[in-house]
Amino acid sequence: MAELDGVQAEPAIEGRGLSRSYGGVHALNDASMSAVAGEVHALVGENGAGKSTLIKILGGRTRADTGTVSVGGREVKFAGPDAAHRLGVWTVFQELTLLPWMSVAENLMIGREPRSRLGLIDRRGMERRAEDTLAALGAEHIDPLALVEDIPLSQRQTVEIVRAISYEPDILFLDEPTSSLVEREVVWLFGQIRRLRDRGTALVFTSHRWNEIRDIADRITVFRSGRNVGTFKELPEDDAVTLMTGRRLEALYPQRPPPPPAVPALALKSYNARGVRDVSLELRKGEILGLGGLAGHGHRELFFSLFGAEKMIAGTVEVGGKAVRIRNPREAMRHGIALVPEDRKTEGLLLAMSVRDNATLAVLRRLARFSILRHVRERQLAQGLIDRLRVRTPGLSNPVGALSGGNQQKVLLGRWLLAEPNIFLLYDVTRGVDVATKHEIYELIMRLAKEGRAIMLYSSDAEELAHLSHRVLVMREGRIAAELSGAELDAEIIVSAAVRDRIAT
Amino acid sequence: MPKLSSRPPCVIELPPEPRAVSDNRRPRWVHRLAQEAGLFLAATMLGIAVILYCVVFLIAQRHLPGGFELTSTVNSTLPLVLAAVAQTLVVLTRGIDLSVGGVIDLTNGLAAITLDGSAWGHAGQPGTGSIGTMILGSLLVLAVGGVCGLINGLLVTLGRLQPILVTLATLSIFQGIAIRVLPQPGGAVPQGYTNLLANPNWPTSVLWLVALAVMWWMFRRTRFGVGVYAIGNDAAGAAAIGVPVASVRILAYVLGGVCSGAAGLFLAATATAGDATAGNTYTLTSIVAAVLGGVSLFGGRGSGIGAIFGAFVSSMIVNILFFAHIDPLYQSFYEGVFLIAAVVLVGGIGHLLRRRY
Ligand SMILES: Nc1ncnc2c1ncn2[C@@H]1O[C@H](COP(=O)(O)OP(=O)(O)OP(=O)(O)O)[C@@H](O)[C@H]1O
Ligand SMILES: [Mg+2]
Repeated sequence: MAELDGVQAEPAIEGRGLSRSYGGVHALNDASMSAVAGEVHALVGENGAGKSTLIKILGGRTRADTGTVSVGGREVKFAGPDAAHRLGVWTVFQELTLLPWMSVAENLMIGREPRSRLGLIDRRGMERRAEDTLAALGAEHIDPLALVEDIPLSQRQTVEIVRAISYEPDILFLDEPTSSLVEREVVWLFGQIRRLRDRGTALVFTSHRWNEIRDIADRITVFRSGRNVGTFKELPEDDAVTLMTGRRLEALYPQRPPPPPAVPALALKSYNARGVRDVSLELRKGEILGLGGLAGHGHRELFFSLFGAEKMIAGTVEVGGKAVRIRNPREAMRHGIALVPEDRKTEGLLLAMSVRDNATLAVLRRLARFSILRHVRERQLAQGLIDRLRVRTPGLSNPVGALSGGNQQKVLLGRWLLAEPNIFLLYDVTRGVDVATKHEIYELIMRLAKEGRAIMLYSSDAEELAHLSHRVLVMREGRIAAELSGAELDAEIIVSAAVRDRIAT
Repeated sequence: MPKLSSRPPCVIELPPEPRAVSDNRRPRWVHRLAQEAGLFLAATMLGIAVILYCVVFLIAQRHLPGGFELTSTVNSTLPLVLAAVAQTLVVLTRGIDLSVGGVIDLTNGLAAITLDGSAWGHAGQPGTGSIGTMILGSLLVLAVGGVCGLINGLLVTLGRLQPILVTLATLSIFQGIAIRVLPQPGGAVPQGYTNLLANPNWPTSVLWLVALAVMWWMFRRTRFGVGVYAIGNDAAGAAAIGVPVASVRILAYVLGGVCSGAAGLFLAATATAGDATAGNTYTLTSIVAAVLGGVSLFGGRGSGIGAIFGAFVSSMIVNILFFAHIDPLYQSFYEGVFLIAAVVLVGGIGHLLRRRY
């Protein structure tokens, strides 16, 4: 690992000695970082290491308590994001900032709408220009007239990226831009990143997926506990993990338990839902069943309809050998089914409520019986969970919304662990989660399987599916296109099965 | 650590987009309908209300309502229309303005003593002010409305206080000042002024109504208008893209205050006199009209045009109940029922128009 000392080029943007604390938490602690024109600079670190805080400060969204920011060698004090925009600094924040009840076109063009002769905003012209912008940047599949609220999360993320890129920024921050993109869009984004880099933009981006970082980063800065621990040109993943966590990780993927006997926990016969066609499958007790395939091919609908959050259209569902009907999530929970979704902001957490309340939400009814002891018990449960999943939070009573993105995800996962269901539907649960925590989540999944719980797992990371699953079913256009097991459990085989038109099974 | 494959697993030639999204794009009007569901529903409701009104009127009076009924309905509804637009401006920013009634009290009282110049000792018969006093008085009244809004806006924005608390407090304050301005109902509005704003014989008020709708249409097409909607959608998101959140919010309250002031003027013109308590009811009725017009109390959704429709729907309901000989004691009961039905409908239709993914 080659550490860089002394960068030749003048940094395009630089933060020095930045500190920022929230209450008692030091989100940033004397951190420094710089990016030069024409480079892609990756920022890596565990959940809560302070990456987003740094980006918010450099992007003009938050003020640092101490420290300085300079752009092009000149010290600046950003009064707000628009002050940064004027200097060519644009940011795609981790939490999206699009306006939900306005159209894509309005969101893209806000602040630079074309005017008519009267000086009023020309709505048709604005829509045309939005359409052109989307087309020019290769995102013509997005309807500029649609309301943001009505387009899927991955398209919202794309619009947010398009908006920033369309300003042809000199400095562009992308905070976990890929966490809600689908494969095709990641490819698109990387193309855009390379184009901007080649025309001299300084790009800073964060990700928890090492293959993305290795693919695109020219330099890597590692953050730990609110400060940077080094900037590198080359950094093997193992070393990065050691730097990020302060300890060595033996193996990312733990040993998988042997395939269980064929005792069915969940069986689907000719199951149909919106976007899901004639799916028949059997999930055994103690089995980890992976579902692979490209996003948008029915996984989401399968998982959400099984949990009763969407309508099932036809077919039968058997839980533990008995046919059941699941009309809503409450019935799903009664049958011992839990769903952990990937989009924590809209599908699970109550951001203003405390970590404890969020964690114990699913078991409140069970706790209520202990009346007086309840609070003690609630604390214990929540604390146990926080320890086990290594959630970084100042305390149990802090609002979940103040945690870093990855830590929010851990709380959501933890909530379902407490409910102790027999069937877990894990929908891309490791999105936006750091390596060390991924490892812990994997171990947890293995442990659950050993306890005899049935696990159905969808992941956008084929590597993850290959290493965790006993079997992988690849879905294509709502149908099961292939079943892979044994030696076929390999990321490349999974991906090629997902993209091939016809699979000879 | 397992060896990761040497290329990212996804950069394989991908097949064409599974769902050709561009093919099933919906036409513009469907999008508009989805975005402005409340507005369209309010227009429909108004249509139904007008038909119902004609029917009960025909039964009671043996002829259809004509020009006189139109003029008098518009005259008597215009203050509510303006109050509803004032309310909408604030509600769009995810606020609420309980002081609308107080501002109308105050401006109504002021109008009664300034339009004829009696406030500054204009000699002559009360109620015979000159063109000069009328213009000066109108501007003064509108400015006072604006200042009231400014106070609300500053307290909400710089004081970081809840809009509902701020405007509840200023409601009492404005009401108090109004009583000082005009202790007893009285004063006199010049006949010429009434003829201009709310002529009982000529539908001048319809022109004002059209002008108001045009002004809203223009407002929606300014940076300020977009900013108002943006902060109601998500203030943090709006700030992140460079909307000057604080000043837009303050300006929304100011403009709301000016509209309330205009409501006070029209109220005085219709009544040809002032009353410092006549505005009290407008706090609640303006909220009702805005909601009937499809304005979301969560901010960011709705329009002033919808609020205008909403104001007419509520005055139609009153008329219908009157001609249907419903006991006035039950009037507010029915108004409440209509309100809930309207809100449920707006939500339901909006839901149906949503494209689901
Ligand atoms: N608004 C806030 N209020 C309170 N605490 C906050 C706030 N924003 C961040 N923090 C805290 O600051 C720390 C750093 O958070 P930050 O979001 O920068 O982490 P991160 O490196 O981006 O993590 P992730 O990879 O999970 O996104 C966290 O412990 C978080 O709880
Ligand atoms: Mg972050």
